[in-house]
Amino acid sequence: MATSITNALETLRESRVWKSIFRRGPALTNRTRSLAVFGNLFLHWMPVKVREKSLRVRAAYYLGSLSFLLFIILVITGVLLMFYYHPAAPKAYHDMKDLRFVVSNGVFLRNMHRIGAHLMVLLVFWHMFHVFYRGGYKPPHEFNWVIGVVLLMITLFLSYTGYLLPWDQLAFWAVTVGTNIISAMPVIGSKVRFVALGGNIVGENALLRFYVLHVVILPLLAFLFIGMHFWRVQKDGGLTVSSKDDDGTN
Amino acid sequence: MSDAKSTDAGNLVTPTAGVSRRDFLSELTIGALGIAGLGAGALTYQYFSPNVLFEPATTFRAGNPDLYPVNSVTFLQDQLVYIVRTVSGFFAVSSVCTHLGCVTQWKPEANMIACPCHGSKFSPEGNKLAGPAPRPLPHYSISLTADGELLVDKLQTIKADQVLKA
Repeated sequence: MATSITNALETLRESRVWKSIFRRGPALTNRTRSLAVFGNLFLHWMPVKVREKSLRVRAAYYLGSLSFLLFIILVITGVLLMFYYHPAAPKAYHDMKDLRFVVSNGVFLRNMHRIGAHLMVLLVFWHMFHVFYRGGYKPPHEFNWVIGVVLLMITLFLSYTGYLLPWDQLAFWAVTVGTNIISAMPVIGSKVRFVALGGNIVGENALLRFYVLHVVILPLLAFLFIGMHFWRVQKDGGLTVSSKDDDGTN
Repeated sequence: MSDAKSTDAGNLVTPTAGVSRRDFLSELTIGALGIAGLGAGALTYQYFSPNVLFEPATTFRAGNPDLYPVNSVTFLQDQLVYIVRTVSGFFAVSSVCTHLGCVTQWKPEANMIACPCHGSKFSPEGNKLAGPAPRPLPHYSISLTADGELLVDKLQTIKADQVLKA
């Protein structure tokens, strides 16, 4: 059994298609393993080698990876929800209701998106606290801490813009109150609120603006900054590992 | 910077100018790009400020004055305005809380206007009684049309002691 799978893999690796994609044989030596990482678009920002202790659960709790996993889940479920949702005032609320009660498995996807979003905010904060208390903001990680703060803001803005989209009473008043907080900014406050809402009240324009921010602009920014964040983890020498992580006792 | 360049470039620089052609052109380019960037920013801001709004009209007729009994507070839901009539006359009070923009409610049993969001309380004249609201509820300009109906202009705020005589 095991031999036949190995043989099949071997045949696959020798095939012309495989070679055209990966351009190398099996990664059996350190050199070919490194080349496999360097030569792959999705892996090239990962380290070729990691310290074993940085992989221990208590060194990271994998909070950043879990936040990223939730982000991917939110992108997938969000794209699926977009197939039934119209960002227009007479439709939005009914589309949300249809997703819950009419569309097959709609309630599952909607709740996955909604609860996933709550969890992501929770995990991003947890990740931030964990990094903070371990001193992960100290040199040489200062710039990556700043990127992390930007990612926290993007997460909160994604959460806030998504909150309006069900177009129910909770959404309406949350955004009414939130955008009135914007207008408390000195001098430019009311102008920023007007442009953010596209009007003086939370109406059609506000729904469409928040939708575009939620499904296009903020996710693209998130992808950009997540890429920079991961890249910098490697460039700054890997995860912050303290001497405590050597044995689980201290 | 241009001094250092001119020493490096030696005889390529015109002695009187003091600025090399390359520096001049790059500064010109940076300046042009900066101006274009500012213009693009201004255009984008204009683009995002809508010129036509599909929102309730800011000026509206509130009907015949006889609709409102003396010593009454009437909430106009579409306009978010209270029409208050006292013995001295009429005034129009905004129903939007000055704290964070929630719509307040008139509580006749307590003779006060109360906000459900964060607990601000106002008198029927709009004066703050309690809560986080920073300012009293504004009074809007109120007048009579030629055919004798009340006319409220929500863009014009008037002093609280100005009353339309009944």
